[in-house]
Amino acid sequence: MQVGGGGVASEMHRRRRGRNIALSLVLGALVVLFYVITIVKMSGGG
Amino acid sequence: MSQTAIETKRTGAAAEGDVASSAGDFVALLKPRVMSLVLFTGLAGMVAAPGQIHPVLAVTALICIAVGAGASGAINMWYDRDIDAGMTRTMNRPIPAGRVAPADALGFGVTLAVGSVAVMGLGVNWVAAGLLALTIGFYVFVYTMWLKRRTPQNIVIGGAAGAFPPMIGWAAVTGDLALMPALLFAIIFFWTPPHFWALSLYKAGEYAKVGVPMLPVVAGEAETRRQIVIYSLILVPLTLVPWGLGLVSLIYGAPAALLGAVFIAGALRVAREKSEAAARALFAFSILYLFLLFALVIADALAGPWFRGI
Repeated sequence: MQVGGGGVASEMHRRRRGRNIALSLVLGALVVLFYVITIVKMSGGG
Repeated sequence: MSQTAIETKRTGAAAEGDVASSAGDFVALLKPRVMSLVLFTGLAGMVAAPGQIHPVLAVTALICIAVGAGASGAINMWYDRDIDAGMTRTMNRPIPAGRVAPADALGFGVTLAVGSVAVMGLGVNWVAAGLLALTIGFYVFVYTMWLKRRTPQNIVIGGAAGAFPPMIGWAAVTGDLALMPALLFAIIFFWTPPHFWALSLYKAGEYAKVGVPMLPVVAGEAETRRQIVIYSLILVPLTLVPWGLGLVSLIYGAPAALLGAVFIAGALRVAREKSEAAARALFAFSILYLFLLFALVIADALAGPWFRGI
């Protein structure tokens, strides 16, 4: 069925984009977290 | 709703690769509302523990507890997708609604479970990591896969999984366990049955429909009401044991006694009135009750040293 097909595709792209942004933020946050944990551990705080 | 979602809703669970799940769908897999209670009780265990923990490691431990609990929720939703589709309370969850493919949910849950335990072990300590692994394993294997569909005692024993977070929080600070976190464990353990059975009293039809042997389905409503009262009468004195042993002060003890009296009154109302309103009221209050009880544990830990022995 062709009717509305473009809308479905754009909706899928929008969701995929949202998912990718969320994943990037999570990965970025993990990098920061691991960096800070390492600093704390190395300075004897842990 | 997109065409894809409509298609998948019609055909049941989505297959792999044909769904564009949103980030929000994956967040929903983590059962955020359950997560908040787990996080709060974990924080209470951490604050109540003697000793110091670096704030960064405290935040790390809390993140691990929250993510580990969320991972259990995701794996639970993967396993229970067949029964979730048959109950109004759960039919809009991401998998039965066709918004997330089952395999994606499983992969997501397992990744977060392994990740949260590894980060807890490497960043905080391995006692807390071991307890977190035990919690996830207990919820997934003992509760979800073994007990939930087999015995009306599913809630009683499975409730232990929800009772671990204060122990994990405590262990994150001290690296070991003591009487106080064991008592906090016991409080949540005995709170879970009356809390969940109050819900199951007015959802019994739904559980029966999908074949989950909740107590009202198997033993009847009268027996469930009796059990709610029995567990409440065990729970409330138990909440006062830390005060009796001098582990906490009046700051915790007096309000806990008052809240306990309200809880027992609610349980007795459920037994007496046999109305859905009474069961709903007890279910709603039970959540507030646990929140307030653990808020008192935190308040006592912060202000209690000046009141110790009262």
